[in-house]
Amino acid sequence: MPSAPLQLTAKDFKSDQEVRWCPGCGDYAILAAMQGFLPELGIPRERIVFVSGIGCSSRFPYYLDTYGMHSIHGRAPAIATGLSVTRPDLQVWVVTGDGDALSIGGNHLIHALRRNVNLKILLFNNKIYGLTKGQYSPTSEVGKVTKSTPAGSADYPFNPISLALGAEASFVARTIDSDRKHLTSVLRAAAEHQGSAFVEIYQNCNIFNDGAFEVLKDSETRDNYLIRLEQGQPLRFGSEGQFAVTHPANSFGLTVEDSASAEPLVHDATQEDPAYAFALSRLAGPDLRYTPVGVFRSVSRPSYDKLVRDQLEKAKAKASDNPAQDLASLLNSGDTWTIL
Amino acid sequence: MTAPKHVEQLDRVVIRFAGDSGDGMQLTGDRFTSETAQLGNDISTLPNFPAEIRAPAGTLPGVSSFQVAFADYDILTPGDAPNVLVAMNPAALKANLSEVRKGATIIVNTDEFTKRNLQKVGYDSNPLEDDSLAGYDVHPVGLTSMTLRALADHPISKKDAERSKNMFALGLLSWLYSRPYESTMSFLERKFASRPELVAANKAAFSAGWSFGETTEGFAVRYEVKPARMEAGNYRNITGNTALALGLVAAGVRSELTIFLGAYPITPASDILHELSKHKKLGVITVQAEDEIAAIGAAIGASYGGALGITTTSGPGVALKGESISLAVALELPLVIIDVQRAGPSTGMPTKTEQADLNMALFGRHGEAPVAVIAPQSPADCFYAALEACRIAITYRTPVILLSDGYVANGSEPWLLPEVSDLPDLRTTFAQAPNGEDGKFYPYLRDPQTLARPWAPPGVAGLEHRIGGLEKADKTGDISYDPANHDFMVRTRAARIEAIEVPDIEVEDPSGTANVLVLGWGSTYGPIGAASRALRQRGLNVAQAHLRHLNPLPRNLGQVLGRYDKVVIPEMNLGQLAHVIRARYLIDVVAYNQVSGMPFVSGQLESMLEEVIKNA
Repeated sequence: MPSAPLQLTAKDFKSDQEVRWCPGCGDYAILAAMQGFLPELGIPRERIVFVSGIGCSSRFPYYLDTYGMHSIHGRAPAIATGLSVTRPDLQVWVVTGDGDALSIGGNHLIHALRRNVNLKILLFNNKIYGLTKGQYSPTSEVGKVTKSTPAGSADYPFNPISLALGAEASFVARTIDSDRKHLTSVLRAAAEHQGSAFVEIYQNCNIFNDGAFEVLKDSETRDNYLIRLEQGQPLRFGSEGQFAVTHPANSFGLTVEDSASAEPLVHDATQEDPAYAFALSRLAGPDLRYTPVGVFRSVSRPSYDKLVRDQLEKAKAKASDNPAQDLASLLNSGDTWTIL
Repeated sequence: MTAPKHVEQLDRVVIRFAGDSGDGMQLTGDRFTSETAQLGNDISTLPNFPAEIRAPAGTLPGVSSFQVAFADYDILTPGDAPNVLVAMNPAALKANLSEVRKGATIIVNTDEFTKRNLQKVGYDSNPLEDDSLAGYDVHPVGLTSMTLRALADHPISKKDAERSKNMFALGLLSWLYSRPYESTMSFLERKFASRPELVAANKAAFSAGWSFGETTEGFAVRYEVKPARMEAGNYRNITGNTALALGLVAAGVRSELTIFLGAYPITPASDILHELSKHKKLGVITVQAEDEIAAIGAAIGASYGGALGITTTSGPGVALKGESISLAVALELPLVIIDVQRAGPSTGMPTKTEQADLNMALFGRHGEAPVAVIAPQSPADCFYAALEACRIAITYRTPVILLSDGYVANGSEPWLLPEVSDLPDLRTTFAQAPNGEDGKFYPYLRDPQTLARPWAPPGVAGLEHRIGGLEKADKTGDISYDPANHDFMVRTRAARIEAIEVPDIEVEDPSGTANVLVLGWGSTYGPIGAASRALRQRGLNVAQAHLRHLNPLPRNLGQVLGRYDKVVIPEMNLGQLAHVIRARYLIDVVAYNQVSGMPFVSGQLESMLEEVIKNA
């Protein structure tokens, strides 16, 4: 008998734990968007798992009434890999931050992406260490003055989208904490993707790095800063539609032309060659002009758990239906002899 | 036609095959061992090779050797000193001669004793021509040239022909010790299946070596070692690493859980990954992770999902996994960490053995993070130790560290194959329904006997819960910073490891009157046992006890130790178990320590114990 379709609501995904982020933190908006989005999936709560590392963002699993693990710093993608490979029936989300994913856990992130493990990885990027009270992060801009860099940081930041593309990610997207509609649409696309889906979420830390993304949010500026990527749509933006993303003939990269007549590129995230998505990821300068949001890349590649399971199924086809007997044959294989 | 040669009976022989890393000595030793096993001798082997894959040819650091002892009685070690040394070049002779008994047989490949090769290892004159080998029974044999002559008509390159010289040597030794060669023939057919010309060439080289033994006047006597009296049953020769891998596969079958291995390649543990990756048919999943931390992380994730997570490594890897082991302690999930110990610190001597990770296994984590620790005592015992590690992990939902080492991992011995139905039943149950009287699910509500919490993999409706590394409130598992709760949880985590049921330690003391107890753990079992036997044969009484469980220790250990005037603890470290025993039982012990990267020589333990007994 077919079961009735799941009728869950956002409330079903709220756990009984008191949320302990600072008032005004961007994480609240992301949590609310996630709780609002999850019922849409039609997946029962017990089949959803959130795995996180350490940091403000990584408290996320405690607040969702699904299965969840708040693990250790940087290791969530590794832990989630073991879970995803052994339990393909689950939908596994990884929640991480710029320090967790790009500093201490950088290695696990890139390898999860190249393997195309079936994980939805949400990187909350606030360009600062929040939980340790305000040191610069690997996405902080050069010269960032923080508690640990009173004279300004000397290191050059990562561009998380470029990094994910370089790590062979099959799905790469960016969104913003305060734009619930856009955030939800990106979560939806990520959830539908088979394999690793990497989503960078610009998230405001109102205590240690307030307003880091303000130009992308303020109604006065955002239209002239944001490029909304939509599959099959021309890359024309601006308050008056005055900007066009074009590909100059003499360049490997893309550029933004302030011209109503320029012919904009048409966005296609499904291109096999990641060069286009990479070029998009390089458009924004330190002042965040011009920041693409949406899906940069979405290509189809067999996920790691599927390839592993295919091998397993192929091998198991040769097994008898009696594991004890197969084990006995294995133990007795090779050069054996009998003592009477 | 030569006259049939005189056949002499021996009860025990120790042969060491030594050559350049590229000479195939490990393979030659393996084959000789397999032939010997077929004959029903008891055997014990000791491979010894450099960390470099191909150190410069002909140099001392490039020497690789394989020692095999075989006897018509049960033996415990690969032997202290070889009776036979096969030296494929001057470096092999120089590197091994000091360990060879006077009067021993030395077979040398004269073709390699060139001026240049002699100079390379610092021989001023040719030892085959001066009197430096006086007192040995030296057999100069042109192994390379005779192999080349034997293969002159074979359609293979000169290089391939030269490489067959190890088969010539194997043929000669197989003749000398009357070994059956059928298994080697079928091995060659398997190994070179895709290149029939190499099968033929290697077989021909083997036959040439055999025939050379038969016809040459250089070997007047041929030897036989009768089968040992061993328990009836089916046997195979097995290395510790293979036995360990099979033990894990067996644990999967007996627990009906998926075995999941997360591993990063590291000497001397990689063979376990190689072996397990072959057993997908039995549902084993292996992931070669990007690093040691990812390897254990994936294993934790798999255990969380209801598989049995395993990670295999050596000391440097355990150090990297420390934080993750602490996480598993906090999560209270089953996890097996296998440490095939090697000589440290740092990279140390990766292919050499040591027992110096005991402190790390017992204490090497932040916070109060106790885990169960066990150690196998011989290659075949690795199978049962793996099952025991899995039993503890599954029953008590705890990380278990299994301390193997390079000596048992690469060494081999005959293994009496068990019946699958005799192996322990490791089945467990997952949480399926709320466990609270109020109808709620409490992830940290414990079983009153084992103190284990429910194993509740995702997928069951109504049991949704969150766990993590933050301190948890008793029963609910919710985040808690309450001081009294933390104190309670720390004590409970310690108590649940202490509560693990482990068998009492048994003492072997045939006389029942010994005043001295020798206590060991792990791979020292063989040399300690051999030394104890030798002492008893000489009328000296010594009691021997060996620890499999290092945490928790057997309940009766303190009582046992108290019965003896002296307790001696030989270890391949600077006294790590000795520290534990002194601290725990407030008794002094005699610590006897060696950290040479090589296993104890039983003769050396015998002399040391004799001194202690005489002064007791």
